[in-house]
Amino acid sequence: MSGMNNQGRPTAAGEAGSSDFETFTGNKGLRLEEPLIFELDNPGATGVDLDEPEGYEPKLGAFERKARIGLPGMSEPDVMRHYVRLSRKNYSIDAGLYPLGSCTMKHNPRLNEKMARLPGFADVHPLQPQKTVQGALELMDTLAHWLKELTGMPAVAMSPKAGAHGELCGMMAIRAALVARGEGDKRTRILVPESAHGTNPATAALLQYKVDAIPATADGRVDLAAFKAKLGPDVAAIMLTNPNTCGLFERDIMEIADAVHEAGAYFYCDGANFNAIVGRVRPGDLGVDAMHINLHKTFSTPHGGGGPGAGPVVLSEALAPFAPLPYVVHGADGFRLVETAGEAKADGSHPFGRMVAFHGQMGMFVRAMAYMMSHGSDGLRQVAEDAVLNANYILASLKDHLSAPFEGPCMHEALFDDRFLKGTGVETLDFAKAMIDEGYHPMTMYFPLVVHGALLIEPTETESKHTLDQFIGTLKHLAQAAKGNDKSRFTGAPHFAPRHRLDETLAARNPVLRWQAETPKQAAE
Amino acid sequence: MRYLPLTPADRREMLGVIGAKSVDDLFRDVPERARRDGFVDLPRRQGELEVERALTKMAAKNVSAGSVPFFIGGGAYCHHVPSVVDHLIQRSEFLTSYTPYQPEITQGTLQYLFEFQTQVALLTGMDVANASMYDGSTACAEAVLMAHRVTKRKKAVLSGTLHPHYRAVVENLCEAGGDPVEALAPALPGKTEDIISRIADDTSCVVVQTPSYFGELIDLRAIADAAHAKGALLIAVVPEVVSLGLVTPPGEMGADVVVGEGQSIGNGLNFGGPYVGLFATRTKYVRQMPGRLCGQTVDAEGKRGFVLTLSTREQHIRREKATSNICTNSGLCALAFTIHLSLLGEDGFKQLARINHANAVKLGRALSGVAGVELLNGAFFNEFTIRLPKSATAVVDALADKGVLGGLPASRLIPGDASLENLLIVASTEINTDHDRADFVAALKEVL
Repeated sequence: MSGMNNQGRPTAAGEAGSSDFETFTGNKGLRLEEPLIFELDNPGATGVDLDEPEGYEPKLGAFERKARIGLPGMSEPDVMRHYVRLSRKNYSIDAGLYPLGSCTMKHNPRLNEKMARLPGFADVHPLQPQKTVQGALELMDTLAHWLKELTGMPAVAMSPKAGAHGELCGMMAIRAALVARGEGDKRTRILVPESAHGTNPATAALLQYKVDAIPATADGRVDLAAFKAKLGPDVAAIMLTNPNTCGLFERDIMEIADAVHEAGAYFYCDGANFNAIVGRVRPGDLGVDAMHINLHKTFSTPHGGGGPGAGPVVLSEALAPFAPLPYVVHGADGFRLVETAGEAKADGSHPFGRMVAFHGQMGMFVRAMAYMMSHGSDGLRQVAEDAVLNANYILASLKDHLSAPFEGPCMHEALFDDRFLKGTGVETLDFAKAMIDEGYHPMTMYFPLVVHGALLIEPTETESKHTLDQFIGTLKHLAQAAKGNDKSRFTGAPHFAPRHRLDETLAARNPVLRWQAETPKQAAE
Repeated sequence: MRYLPLTPADRREMLGVIGAKSVDDLFRDVPERARRDGFVDLPRRQGELEVERALTKMAAKNVSAGSVPFFIGGGAYCHHVPSVVDHLIQRSEFLTSYTPYQPEITQGTLQYLFEFQTQVALLTGMDVANASMYDGSTACAEAVLMAHRVTKRKKAVLSGTLHPHYRAVVENLCEAGGDPVEALAPALPGKTEDIISRIADDTSCVVVQTPSYFGELIDLRAIADAAHAKGALLIAVVPEVVSLGLVTPPGEMGADVVVGEGQSIGNGLNFGGPYVGLFATRTKYVRQMPGRLCGQTVDAEGKRGFVLTLSTREQHIRREKATSNICTNSGLCALAFTIHLSLLGEDGFKQLARINHANAVKLGRALSGVAGVELLNGAFFNEFTIRLPKSATAVVDALADKGVLGGLPASRLIPGDASLENLLIVASTEINTDHDRADFVAALKEVL
């Protein structure tokens, strides 16, 4: 097993540093070290040409800033080089498969970027007179229509800024509906499956709800009997991810919804995994009352290294009147943005409040709209089918090499556990880090919590069969190596990344959260 | 479909490996009642040309800020963004990377977040900053919740000149937790707000914005002292981050938390989002902060590197005991911010702030020369409030018809207060020319 793999990388692990002598610069060919901008400070240099203003009398009162800020001076070429060099230390979906389960790392079409940069969308102020932003309101209204059709829900709140923010919005609408019914104080408990995303219990806690965990069955789904036993007059809602975080469709979901409604509670669905069912199954048909949609997952807006996202929330008939401000209505004289409680009252709705300044993530709306229009209803259905097909292909191809806790079919994610690593001395973390050496971003690790040493793989629909075959082949090799006592390949991994394993314990124990200039006094000590 | 690589032959072959007859077979766990055979009632797929044509047509129905003399602020500001910024944030390695959970292959993201945190701390005059929030308004609300955790008290006191949307977001989040909020009535610029007398033994924090909703610069020192004397925190809100190039930072005036809107640096108007929330505080509160934090460490070879840290505050570890439910934040907007600020540097940033101030002073002088117009502010940065002889909403409407976007009627965000009907909040940045000012004055004279 020597030589090169199919991506041109040596497959032998080698010892870290064996062929790796220290260069004078610290660089290793194209692997470049890069200082912080503060260490590149060239006082007097600038990346902008501005004229000094004249002919005015300052009106700052006693508020003029006196001290130096401490920002470094850099010319444009220096700035360009710094960030280009930094960028080369990053893995990205454009460069390779990014199989992070729960994250839906699909291709980000550049048409979307181009459309979002049209001056008519990008260079428009949120508080311009409404007659000057009719196209922006039309886009929001059109996107809302698509989201409602795709989910089979009658209303959508567009303003939430990301998935967790959407959860908060949906749960606030539920709380407002309960308060309106006079049951706000009575219903204090939220049922959340053990396998849920961390944001679900964190959101419920923000609203002062008591979180009550629902156990999972041996087949990775909600334990229906245990769930029903927990229902009661003090339950406000269930927060359920479907397809769930084990990558499985909750077979009993309609029965769950019926039972929730029977008990006078509401059904919040975490829509993080909507990609598996878009165009094929409508959450509204399943009995969902509220569900956020991560536009940065299902509808391809780029993750950007951690945002921005967008988390519109679709709402059922029962919750629609409580949607937050603002919202767009379409009247005889065009589109109108309802921004204040007074206007909403005149419309007969009862918004629970406001999630955010202005109107939401317009830049993400445009990108998502371009994506949806490109696919159409036929293409979106194909998205779900190919996403599910790709995940099942991985599950079927690897279940005898790794270990799968649940029987298929899965939905858009294939879940494995760490039983195949038992006795090898290789942990889930080591296995994942070894994937970096093979040129891949690792899958999601140790989530969901209900599976020991979980490895959650979400290939998405934008990977070709050829790419999947390479990936599957790599994982087979790695599984074989782990079982074949090739431990150092794993425990020392990654060997070939810009950095070896980083000391996270040190970072947390002694937090260094900003660069500090060494003062002369410290230097003297 | 151009984004979907599987061919019909691939699909058949893959189904064979799986042992499924058809794709429908893979959806067999979906209850039969909920399966849909046909397409959803929406248009079918379109080529790039068709999509571009349709969206360009929609965009053309909007008046873009750059196409007219433009003077609207109110928490979002029109600035010039150097072309390098947009080029760099569109690099695949930044644009299409995920949250840096695997630090060995995301040092690019982590290092710029570390640089961003340092820049925000320097600008605000604070010890530490996080890796961004959604925007200024949610950063503000999260700061109030943090103050509740720190002081173990529940009541926030909000200045009446806090941006009305920020106030609404704070009230919404506090109400969710059953926490009381006391919000003062808006004091007009030039009038001092008596917020100090509202600080009591149960006050967790005082929230004051500078420049205020009306553009007035607010002295935080006495408020900070009074808050601290009662064991409360002072949260300073900075809606226009460029002001920090010229104005004493809240950190030097005793603020315990500084939150702000970072849109002005590196980010376009985008009709309200995405923006980038800034959140900075003192070292002693760092474990109570919301959001992601990037920290410096070393790798197995002892080389400097960066990781997400103190994540025991966060939802993916602590679940219902987390300091916030935030997950995805504004990474790419923070990148745009940090690139633009690197281009500006110490000298350029201060000079940009001076140009903004100079343009606003010149505009204020020109507008107050119009008969019946009165400038209300004492001290301001790049935004101020004028009193008109008639309804500001009607004036802005008429100005728009003349091709001038001439500010924000104060009553748009605070409806129903007769004393605000004639007030117009006007902003001016480096984009405005002498020509723009002359057009504004001429149009205003015509519509008054």
